[in-house]
Amino acid sequence: MSDRLDVRKTYKLLINGAFPRSESGRTYEVLSEHGDFLANVAQGSKKDVRDAVVAARGAQTKWSSASAYNRGQVIYRLAEMAESRRAELGEHVGLAEGLGAKQSAKSVARAIDRIVWYAGWTDKIAQVFGGANPVAGPFFNFSVPKACGVVGVVAPQESSLEAFVDAVLAPICSGNSVVAVASERRPTPSVLLGEMSATADFPPGVLNILTGATGELAPILASHEDVDGIDLSGLDEVVANELHALAAGSIKRVYRSGHDAPASTRRLRAFIETATVWHTIGQ
Amino acid sequence: MFIASVGRVSTVPLRLVVPDEIDVVIARSTDAPIVESEAQLRTVLSSLSGVDAVGVEARAAKLATRSIKKSTKMSAIDMAISMVDLTTLEGADTPGRVQSLCTKALRPDPRDLTVPSVAAVCVYPDLVAQARRTLAGSAVAVAAVATAFPSGRASMAVKLLDVREAVAAGADEIDMVIDRGAFLSGRLGQVYEEIVAVKEACGDAHLKVILETGELVTYDNVRRASWLAMLAGADFIKTSTGKVGVNATQPVALVMLEAVRDFAETNGRVVGVKVAGGIRTTKDAMKYLVIVNETAGSAWLTPQRFRFGASSLLNDLLMQRLKQQRGAYVRPDEFSGD
Repeated sequence: MSDRLDVRKTYKLLINGAFPRSESGRTYEVLSEHGDFLANVAQGSKKDVRDAVVAARGAQTKWSSASAYNRGQVIYRLAEMAESRRAELGEHVGLAEGLGAKQSAKSVARAIDRIVWYAGWTDKIAQVFGGANPVAGPFFNFSVPKACGVVGVVAPQESSLEAFVDAVLAPICSGNSVVAVASERRPTPSVLLGEMSATADFPPGVLNILTGATGELAPILASHEDVDGIDLSGLDEVVANELHALAAGSIKRVYRSGHDAPASTRRLRAFIETATVWHTIGQ
Repeated sequence: MFIASVGRVSTVPLRLVVPDEIDVVIARSTDAPIVESEAQLRTVLSSLSGVDAVGVEARAAKLATRSIKKSTKMSAIDMAISMVDLTTLEGADTPGRVQSLCTKALRPDPRDLTVPSVAAVCVYPDLVAQARRTLAGSAVAVAAVATAFPSGRASMAVKLLDVREAVAAGADEIDMVIDRGAFLSGRLGQVYEEIVAVKEACGDAHLKVILETGELVTYDNVRRASWLAMLAGADFIKTSTGKVGVNATQPVALVMLEAVRDFAETNGRVVGVKVAGGIRTTKDAMKYLVIVNETAGSAWLTPQRFRFGASSLLNDLLMQRLKQQRGAYVRPDEFSGD
């Protein structure tokens, strides 16, 4: 029997390395899969999207020009942080998705392995997706993969941690910065992951996480002209089609997949642009 | 036209009660204090009431929370654009850079002819001629910072020469700095005389007097320096050079706006206010416009009486303007850098 007071947690946004409440001051209730009260979570607004994009833009150049080795280390450190908080993540994944202890622990383990997998990819992207092209002349010709810039991610709704890891780390590992809208009904594992990223040396602004109504936030992200790419995995077909059209207004790269797409190179390639460089031989 | 009715503290010398609503007094009043000696100047300045620092900051913060609704926002953005003194004051300034700045001043968004021109371009004196050439025949004024800007640490002869050369090169407005060292050590007469001398050297050019409020330490000093500059003949009083740690702040602007309001009431001469340094966002600009309207009144909401000294502010205003029109957030690189 303890007479301690509850230390209740406020689940906040992650913008530019800080954890603000929503600019609008709104929150919403998140329930567990069984309908029990789980948490009050910040309900992000239009202006939070705007602030997050400004932060992401500010961080992107430096992040993409950091060495691939360095980016890999930072992402690996996220795996270290997650590993030491496995139990907590497991509990949240279990409550959010209605899984038993064993299953949620397995899901967390897979998510952490996935983080390590992305950490390994950072210095292989250029090897695998780039190349030296044979040309008819005394030149070297290289295809060099580059980050596209700021990527908006509408995270999948069902899988609260595994799919979120995939959706945000694929663009981050190739040097993009991300503004992610977490699963609307199951946001707490992604909020936890955001907290871990802040202690994993992620530069502020590289990963920004917004919680709130997907239907409210996603269109703003899709129409925002300073966002270079968008992942629409978290939306159903009809809405995704609408947002795909909105995104075309500012010529964004768009990635769509079914829910729970496993780690794949398609996701990695989605937010890479290929620059071609010519260089004279022998100079 | 009425000055917006606001609860306020009078700063008028030798007068304790101010009616709540007054017509804006433009007519020259007969009892304007004429300063004949340093002793008299001291008497006038020391008769100013002290500034309630907590009250001023609270009021400025309160006004800053006022929201501006969509229909008003568009006209407020255009108003703010027309009040910008587009500024470049870098050691690395080149004639080419000034030329492109002037082109931008004339037509901030070349795709949209409904965007107004800015009020003026503000440059160092040696670049006035270049700015004048590019702006010839337009309504955009050329402002030059003179008098050994930004420190003001030069002999009087050098300062006056600086001003005369800028005016000869075609400057319409001169931004001078006061001698903060003299002001802070109590040599008020010297500060006054310098402003009078510079005003004379300006001829027809408008004189903006930079108080450098970040170095004046207290609001009381800001109020006194404002009155001193106005008594000496300033056409505008300006907060800052933008070259020190603390630039324009909203409470300081409020104090200065109270000073110009009260000065117009008692002396019948209208003086403008320019806020400069650190104003980068449309949101900040809107807050200043609210403070102007609520302190000095809507009569001050024109480029003849209120200015923003800024460079990056203009792009943010243009971005917000386009955002209002398109309904989606806009890329910062839609507009040329400055």
